[in-house]
Amino acid sequence: MSADYEVIIGLEVHAELKTDSKIFCCSSTEFGGDPNTHVCPVCLGLPGVLPVLNKKVVEFAIKTGLALNCKIAEFSKFDRKNYYYPDLPKNYQISQYDLPIAEHGYLDITVNGEQKRIGITRVHMEEDAGKLVHEGATIASSKYSRVDYNRTGVPLVEIVSEPDIRSPEEARLYLEKLKAILQYIDVSDCKMEEGSLRCDANISVRPVGQKEFGTKTELKNMNSFRALQRALEYEVQRQIEILEEGGRVVQETRTWDENKGITLSMRSKEQAHDYRYFPDPDLVPLVIDEEWVNKIKSTLPELPDQRKARYVEQYGLPEYDAEVITASKALSDYFDRCLKYYDNPKALSNWVMGELLKHLNGANIDITECKISPENMAELLTLIDKGTISGKIAKTVFEEMFATGEKPEKIVQDKGLVQISDESAIAALVDEVIANNPQSVEDYKNGKDRALGFLVGQVMKATKGKANPEIVNKLLKERLNN
Amino acid sequence: MALYRKTIHELHQLLKSKQVSSEEITKSVFERIDQVEDKVKAFVTQTREIALAKAKEVDDKIARGEEIGPLAGIPVVIKDNMCTRGILTTCSSKMLHNFVPPYDATVVKKLADAGAVMIGKSNLDEFAMGSSTENSRFFPTRNPWDLERVPGGSSGGSAAAVAADETVYSLGSDTGGSIRQPASFCGVVGLKPTYGLVSRYGLVAFASSLDQIGPFSKDVTDAAIIMNTIAGHDPCDSTSVNYNVPDYTKSLVNDVRGIKIGIPKEYFVEGIQPDVRELIEDAIKKFESLGAVCEEMSLPHTEYALPVYYILAPAEASSNLARYDGVGYGYRDESADDIVSMYMKTRSEGFGAEVKRRIMLGTYALSSGYYDAYYLKALKVRTLIKQDFDRAFEKYDVILTPTSPSTAFKFGEKSDNPMEMYLSDICTIAVNLAGIPGISIPCGLSQGLPVGLQLIGKPLGEETLFRVAYTYEQNTDHHKAKPSL
Ligand SMILES: [Zn+2]
Repeated sequence: MSADYEVIIGLEVHAELKTDSKIFCCSSTEFGGDPNTHVCPVCLGLPGVLPVLNKKVVEFAIKTGLALNCKIAEFSKFDRKNYYYPDLPKNYQISQYDLPIAEHGYLDITVNGEQKRIGITRVHMEEDAGKLVHEGATIASSKYSRVDYNRTGVPLVEIVSEPDIRSPEEARLYLEKLKAILQYIDVSDCKMEEGSLRCDANISVRPVGQKEFGTKTELKNMNSFRALQRALEYEVQRQIEILEEGGRVVQETRTWDENKGITLSMRSKEQAHDYRYFPDPDLVPLVIDEEWVNKIKSTLPELPDQRKARYVEQYGLPEYDAEVITASKALSDYFDRCLKYYDNPKALSNWVMGELLKHLNGANIDITECKISPENMAELLTLIDKGTISGKIAKTVFEEMFATGEKPEKIVQDKGLVQISDESAIAALVDEVIANNPQSVEDYKNGKDRALGFLVGQVMKATKGKANPEIVNKLLKERLNN
Repeated sequence: MALYRKTIHELHQLLKSKQVSSEEITKSVFERIDQVEDKVKAFVTQTREIALAKAKEVDDKIARGEEIGPLAGIPVVIKDNMCTRGILTTCSSKMLHNFVPPYDATVVKKLADAGAVMIGKSNLDEFAMGSSTENSRFFPTRNPWDLERVPGGSSGGSAAAVAADETVYSLGSDTGGSIRQPASFCGVVGLKPTYGLVSRYGLVAFASSLDQIGPFSKDVTDAAIIMNTIAGHDPCDSTSVNYNVPDYTKSLVNDVRGIKIGIPKEYFVEGIQPDVRELIEDAIKKFESLGAVCEEMSLPHTEYALPVYYILAPAEASSNLARYDGVGYGYRDESADDIVSMYMKTRSEGFGAEVKRRIMLGTYALSSGYYDAYYLKALKVRTLIKQDFDRAFEKYDVILTPTSPSTAFKFGEKSDNPMEMYLSDICTIAVNLAGIPGISIPCGLSQGLPVGLQLIGKPLGEETLFRVAYTYEQNTDHHKAKPSL
């Protein structure tokens, strides 16, 4: 990225709310299901039907607004956004236009160890559209297409940020933090792969020092954190190159092609819609009393930033550890549960951030699918602390636990992995190793410290790693230094 | 007297005393339909088998000695823009010529639960847009009083069916006068209730903030009986009012002493037919003779009602009718080879001229750059019109006007000139903009054609309207006049 340019990014994130029923009818929101099985006349937009607002959706939207430090509107309304598309049964989408449910919030991200505040412009509610299923590989090559309306009317919140984001990395951190918050407050599953969290970005670049924003493009179809960052990085480069060559960035919507790693033009501003927004006459304005907002506020759980602060203060964890663990609610819930059975947070944090995350990522599974129970995790660490097993052996035990969910004590017993801490037993082996390795003994006495490590290794090898390394070290030094 | 000529309350007594059966009533009505329907053309669909089965159900109930409600076993016709499960619901449009809803409108369900015998679906101006029922894509309905004349619109089929005794009562919908104006042209009683008093769920939307379902009946008593069944809160309609519906038959009191009636001067100026004016003035005198206090007053923003209506109603219609695109149901042009031309051909073919005219008007009024000048401005003026009424009702119990400035006009007389056609709703439109109730009752004949008197009430003021209308009816004979068919 050229140092002469500043990047301006704003994100529009759609999160699907995990209510049982849709926003304006009683149909199920369950994911999957045969096409058009979770539908009724209302979500199909049949002639004569009317929407009735699901109160739970409003509650979730208020919760979202509060968690993002927004002001909740006492008076808001629903509007119709008119456009034609076959997956939109009424050919208008019910959304909120000029009076959204929540406005003027923020969330904090940590960039290179520094805290940065990103403004939240607004949070509003709307209904999702259905899905086109093309008979061929693409819409153009299809003889016909079918429509699945199971998703129509699934409630969404759209969260719009201020153009405060200054790099693709910040954009990713923002989205990760937003996802964490939505998961903490339990309003969305935030599964990007299932489309329950979707992100569009507005991006422009301008020469450093220029006041006006450059011409922006809108990026769509980025369905992972990695894709978001890569797409934005690509787009920054593309826009800078155009400007460097004396060209002009065209205001347009572009789509991210994950396979090719490039962005492509979808439609230009000239083809942009006139949505003809107007208040939906079928829905009465939404009046929210303070009492309800306060009640929801009182149910807000500990949010990622609060939990992170608590980890630093209460457990004495380094900021970095606290950030990594609290970034996922499920992971930090797991961490907290382990601490019910174990009282050394830093030792636990090392294992969670090390072995545990490594294995989860390797197996590409979520902590909720992990076979190691918090009790067993705590027990493993206790075994290390008691000296029953060494840290090294513990990694072997961990692997077995990860694969089978077995209790660590049982694994240690079954595999005979108990650490040898009996000095007399180790002393005999130490003597044997010294006798068999005169050259190394000589080297050590001539000041080559590395030779000690070799001799320790020989003792460990003879015990298949079970000897307590501290005792081995102590005995070897005693003998060699005399 | 033939059964088909009778009112709901008369037939109910006969049913209860087991003097007639619902089957006999239903068959009598069908005989009447066989006699006159060729001339009147009120029906889009007749549901004879379903009706006779329902009649038998009610007769069995009576035979078992069970209590029956006032609508049980009595034939009704539903305007064909209200959804009927398993029965064609066309809105008299090519667009929905084959549409069979999988659900019932709330009013249809309420009537069915009350034992009503639905005998068919009535013709209307396509998607309820029009004032003459000439805009039906199928055929025009004729005025039973003069077959060369229109029955009014858009609920012309429902009004004509009652006037011709092809049904005992019917339901219509009123967006700018579509119940009251045809009631006036056909010489029957028509009520547009307070907005939100009768659920709109299942009424195919024209202009959501104005649409209201209401009854056509042979007298005021029947209108009160019907309202007792169809009014009330519906959880399926967010705009439905939470209101404890009274027993409207208790309002049927023959007494208007001390009632204050406002006569807005703005409704008596230009274009009003001299005969109509005369009959309305007779009605005013009648009320005074019965002890009501009639007084000229003013609703100063009346002149803006028509332009405001013709911005707001088309704006909402343009959005409400966007769903008719050939994708999910209804008419589809099969010749197109891509989605955009499929939309365009389907909508060009599927909609008639008046519907397209309003969609274009509405699309224009909502488009960016014009929204503030038209839609938003119209909303503000709507508030002023509403405030006119609020102020008036501080002083008056009801407001009295002609329902229409003229009697029924001839076919083709106004259909070439949309503006002239729009003027026929000039006395009714403000009531929809204000969301208040209005009733049209017969007040005499002018050259053999019925004239309607409109009484306007405050929000949820249906009880007063019924009382005033009932008193007028009890002291005159206009509602007994019948067309010779
Ligand atoms: Zn549904």
